[in-house]
Amino acid sequence: MDEYYLSTDHMTVGYNGKALIRDIALQVRRGEILTLIGPNGSGKSTILKSLIQQLKLLGGTVYLDGRVMAKMSEKEISTRLSVLMTERIHPELMTCRDVVGTGRYPYTGRLGILSAEDRQKVHEALALVHGEDLADRSFTEISDGQRQRVLLARALCQEPEVLVLDEPTSFLDIRHKLELLTILKDMVRQRQLAVVMSLHELDLAQKVSDYVVCVHGSVIARYGPPEEIFTSDYVPTLFGVTRGSYNAEFGCLELEPVRGTPQVFVIGGGGSGIPWYRQLQRKGIPFAAGVLQENDVDYPVAKALAAQVISERPFRPIGEEAFKQAKAILETCNQVLCPLTEFGPMNEPNRALMDLARQNGTLKLASMG
Amino acid sequence: MKHAHSRYCAAFLLLAALLVVFLVWNICAGSVSMSPGELMRILSGQEKGGTNSNIVWNIRLPRILAAILLGGALSVSGFLLQTFFANPIAGPFVLGISSGAKLAVSLAMIFLLSRGLTADSLVLILAAFLGAMLSMGFILLISQKVKKMSMLVICGVMIGYICSAVTDFVVTFADDSNIVNLHNWSLGSFSGMSWSNVKVMFLVVTATLILTFLLSKPIGAYQMGEVYAQNMGVNIPLFRVLLILLSSVLSACVTAFAGPISFVGIAVPHLIKSLFKTARPILIIPACFLGGAVFCLFCDLIARTVFAPTELSISTITAVFGAPVVIYMMIRQKGKAM
Repeated sequence: MDEYYLSTDHMTVGYNGKALIRDIALQVRRGEILTLIGPNGSGKSTILKSLIQQLKLLGGTVYLDGRVMAKMSEKEISTRLSVLMTERIHPELMTCRDVVGTGRYPYTGRLGILSAEDRQKVHEALALVHGEDLADRSFTEISDGQRQRVLLARALCQEPEVLVLDEPTSFLDIRHKLELLTILKDMVRQRQLAVVMSLHELDLAQKVSDYVVCVHGSVIARYGPPEEIFTSDYVPTLFGVTRGSYNAEFGCLELEPVRGTPQVFVIGGGGSGIPWYRQLQRKGIPFAAGVLQENDVDYPVAKALAAQVISERPFRPIGEEAFKQAKAILETCNQVLCPLTEFGPMNEPNRALMDLARQNGTLKLASMG
Repeated sequence: MKHAHSRYCAAFLLLAALLVVFLVWNICAGSVSMSPGELMRILSGQEKGGTNSNIVWNIRLPRILAAILLGGALSVSGFLLQTFFANPIAGPFVLGISSGAKLAVSLAMIFLLSRGLTADSLVLILAAFLGAMLSMGFILLISQKVKKMSMLVICGVMIGYICSAVTDFVVTFADDSNIVNLHNWSLGSFSGMSWSNVKVMFLVVTATLILTFLLSKPIGAYQMGEVYAQNMGVNIPLFRVLLILLSSVLSACVTAFAGPISFVGIAVPHLIKSLFKTARPILIIPACFLGGAVFCLFCDLIARTVFAPTELSISTITAVFGAPVVIYMMIRQKGKAM
């Protein structure tokens, strides 16, 4: 089981003899998902196309099932590897069932006539992607998301050991994104498939991948398990993010904060402040947030969006120093919001802040809208 | 599934029936018309040596068989080219392949005739094939530069015009009494077929068709686009060469014997696919052959009889019936991948 099913050795890829990325070493075992991430135009698709021999290698070797792939026959490859690429296809007068049926190509005879067993497999593959109702529809008339599912069924119908997918989730809505990745995950577990794919969605890549390859510049910038790749520092660097930030814990993106002197002070905590942070950021009003323990669920969002955050160390009651600091800022703000309703030994000073604002007449009712 | 099967059977039966009807009609109709009864007697050999028997055996039958073989070849060739270029309005005529073949054949004819030699049909096929390959080569070069399908077709039409212009030029200045023949041929016609012509075209066309039919599986895969075809295990470079060779041989054979015939290669595959409601090569290749045969028999019947004794060129008729189909397709294609 420790054998790599698909691997590359010093693979160099590019177009028309011009090398784009050099010395690529990818390895994927059966039962694993390897995901390529990286900015647009970084060469993810080029790597995948080279891997499946659609582009000529400019150097190095691809090994499939322990053998040099370039020396294998088309048929040997087709029964081991299948693909789902981004190329738009316009198969004329073909139903979705016909399209899925083309996955059986390597197994049919000279004239390509499907046997009863083949048809059963087509049916199963369609059922797997919840596409039974699409079977008799014309492939050119269904939506992009449905097409993607049908093409996945086609790829699975080919009974591969390794699946190569180029941005399989583009065009899909969230439900179908999750469904598609769930199907993939299931296939990987049940059939011990190896999967190599590129993904745009970092949050999904983080959750679904066993290994992540970061494509950036002329080499593979990083390679490792998602825990090592998806850090709040590295991801913005990989994508050259200059505005906004990336939150590794939630795998989510935040827009950049509104900078300036805080006009509004939000007394939050326990998730109560998050909708207000977002609303103020949207409206372009600089705000301060506090006092939050650094392990509070509000904290990362406040950190990303607020002009200023007054915080206390994790698991500590709010101390004198944080309170003073918050008080100072609160008194310069002409509005104070307090969506926080729960007070206890850990955040008692926040109640004091609220009372202070009420005395000053700056406390506004925290109701949305 | 059952529904589809009965549809295919019905469609094949319809094509076969039409073929028989036009076959009989073609034999009977003409400057000398015959009753089906008389025809039966001639064909069964009861009436030998008569004028009518002569007309049937030596003039009409070879011509009809030529129309069947060449019409079928032309539409299969069109189907192959459409698959190759993933373009529904590709065809040997539109892409200039027929015109390339025509040019090569006229040059060969003039060259041979000027030396007092007769043009052997195999030599003509060879010349046509070379001409077809030359045009095809140009088209392939262009197709690597321009990805837009409509541009490719326009380039093909231009190549066609250039070849036709050169052909006209050569024909105009050729000093031979056979020029009349050459002129007729260069417009496209099934007239003047001999049994030996038919024999050669039968061999070439059937051999090519059998090969084409055996390729239906990869052709079907290729309809899914090159990326997926390769993933299914098709050897793409080899397959592309085969497809080009087969379609060129078919259209070259047609041009060598009957001259350039327009629109059959586009209109017939389209009509057949609409009739069958599928593009599966295993069905469409034989159906295209039948359909092309029927279409050409029908057009030749009109060409021969409507303005008799004046005979129209076959392309005139095929254009009248074929061009509207093509225009309709282009309108439907609009907004899609054009």
